[in-house]
Amino acid sequence: MSPLRAARHSLTLAWRSLAKLRHSPDRLLDVIMLPIVLVVVMVFLFGDAVAGSTHSYLQYVLPGVAVQALLFASLGIGAGLSTDLRNGIFDRFRSLPIARSAPLIGYILGDLVTFVLSLALVFALGAIVGFRTRGSVPAVLAACAIIMVFAFAASWVMALVGLVARSPASVTAFSFVLILPLTFGSNVFVPTGRLPGWLQAWVKINPVTDVSNAARGLMLSLPLGGAVWASLLWALGIVAVFAPLATWAYRRQA
Amino acid sequence: MQGVEHRSHAIYTEELAKRYGTTTALAGLDLAVAPGVVQGVLGPNGAGKTTLIRILATLLRPDAGRAVVGGFDVARQPGKVRPLIGLTGQFAAVDEDLTGQENLLLIARLLELGRGSARRRAAELLDRFGLAEVGRRLAKTYSGGMRRRLDLAMGLVGEPEVLFLDEPTTGLDPRSRGELWDMVRGLVAGGATVLLTTQDLAEADRLASQIAVIDHGRVVASGTPAELKARVGGQSLDVRPAERGELSKASAIVAEVVGTADGGPAERDGTITVPLAPGSSGTEALAAVSLRLGHAGIEVTELGLRLASLDEVFLSLTGPQHEGGSE
Repeated sequence: MSPLRAARHSLTLAWRSLAKLRHSPDRLLDVIMLPIVLVVVMVFLFGDAVAGSTHSYLQYVLPGVAVQALLFASLGIGAGLSTDLRNGIFDRFRSLPIARSAPLIGYILGDLVTFVLSLALVFALGAIVGFRTRGSVPAVLAACAIIMVFAFAASWVMALVGLVARSPASVTAFSFVLILPLTFGSNVFVPTGRLPGWLQAWVKINPVTDVSNAARGLMLSLPLGGAVWASLLWALGIVAVFAPLATWAYRRQA
Repeated sequence: MQGVEHRSHAIYTEELAKRYGTTTALAGLDLAVAPGVVQGVLGPNGAGKTTLIRILATLLRPDAGRAVVGGFDVARQPGKVRPLIGLTGQFAAVDEDLTGQENLLLIARLLELGRGSARRRAAELLDRFGLAEVGRRLAKTYSGGMRRRLDLAMGLVGEPEVLFLDEPTTGLDPRSRGELWDMVRGLVAGGATVLLTTQDLAEADRLASQIAVIDHGRVVASGTPAELKARVGGQSLDVRPAERGELSKASAIVAEVVGTADGGPAERDGTITVPLAPGSSGTEALAAVSLRLGHAGIEVTELGLRLASLDEVFLSLTGPQHEGGSE
């Protein structure tokens, strides 16, 4: 199987993901609805308490909410893979003369487009309620890229969950258990210093904290510290561990 | 070892075996299917039908034995087998979140048809399977019959030489089932070979020219539907009196003539059926029953000999522990 043909098969399968999204854009809305509701609730209920004003809290929270939205978007691949495995679609793909890895790669490629759309949606809504970036255009793009890279890494974890779980329902349940401590146990909503001590320890090692620090720093022109490198290293580490594992789990199904 | 094997057979298996843990799915299955026929594979749940299809469709590797499809070994040259086959699954593997047309386009594009030819092929198949009207609707809005037809159409995008149909009509209403049968006959008339697994005896009887009955992962009987019926059930004699009131009198006459050694007469819906002893003459029994009924003045609307139904064959071959019947 030449790489060119494999790439063509993967692109065709990515097209499938996008066609599905076009038919039911509500899927996308589903995954980012929670972060959006959170923006509204957090900003207008707790904005004063946490940051002294709703406006300045919105500036603080929105980059982190974008990270959270993309992590929720990355959940889709697990349930999607699990559904395809159970209902026989994968069997059909595997009985076709196509590259073995094409369905998995197609999924991941389709996810990348989903991420771009989710990011655009979060920042568009943010702009409407008053979020203003202070970073330069390259810095804002870099922030988006870091969020995407991290979500891409998370996709591999979710793919593994989808490939080994018994049913799509258990994928969803397990992914939430996995993702809630990561997103809420971070400094996305509340600066680390204001959290209780026992939680600070977890928040400091949580990669989501690094990613939202990096995104926030780049978008608001704040000091970055090592956040960008830490985020990229985390993403690299996650891909290095979970991409082979997911590929192994995928091949095991074959 | 890489050459073309068993070219005279569309499908050929030899001593095919597969175990899952302690469960034996296939225990040395031998099958030879000539090109251009419908081969029925009949068996109760858990007999190994689906495992057989999965191996032949390159989805599963056998533990032992070998399987050859279109001249290529499925385990050693799966890449050569895949372009030749089409698969229609038990659970109707269509993507519910795509339209019918997109489902077909997806397969066509994966098979590397160009944009234009993919569209033409999709349109042609939608048309042929009576889905042209609903081609732009999401598959999840389809009825069971429409979904199954789409599934079959997806299996045919690549114009396969060998088509695997795994219980294709399970859960379909009689009309959709009849339509699907007609389509399968059309395919075979066009030169394709079809391997059909089913639990539905009527389906195997109507559609398959050859049947292999499998049980516990092995072929327990094979032949044409007529051969199987003759081999197992022998003949039985049916009598349907014109007057329902004369059923018991007629039944007594039949019992007297045929004897009750092989189960005796049974009555169902106004028809008396009695199995004939193996080796006994059907025509003699028929003449004697006819004569005695005439003397007794009993008029009949039906009187005849027939081979045992495939139902009876199936139950006698696979044993009473399975409730594999379709009726």
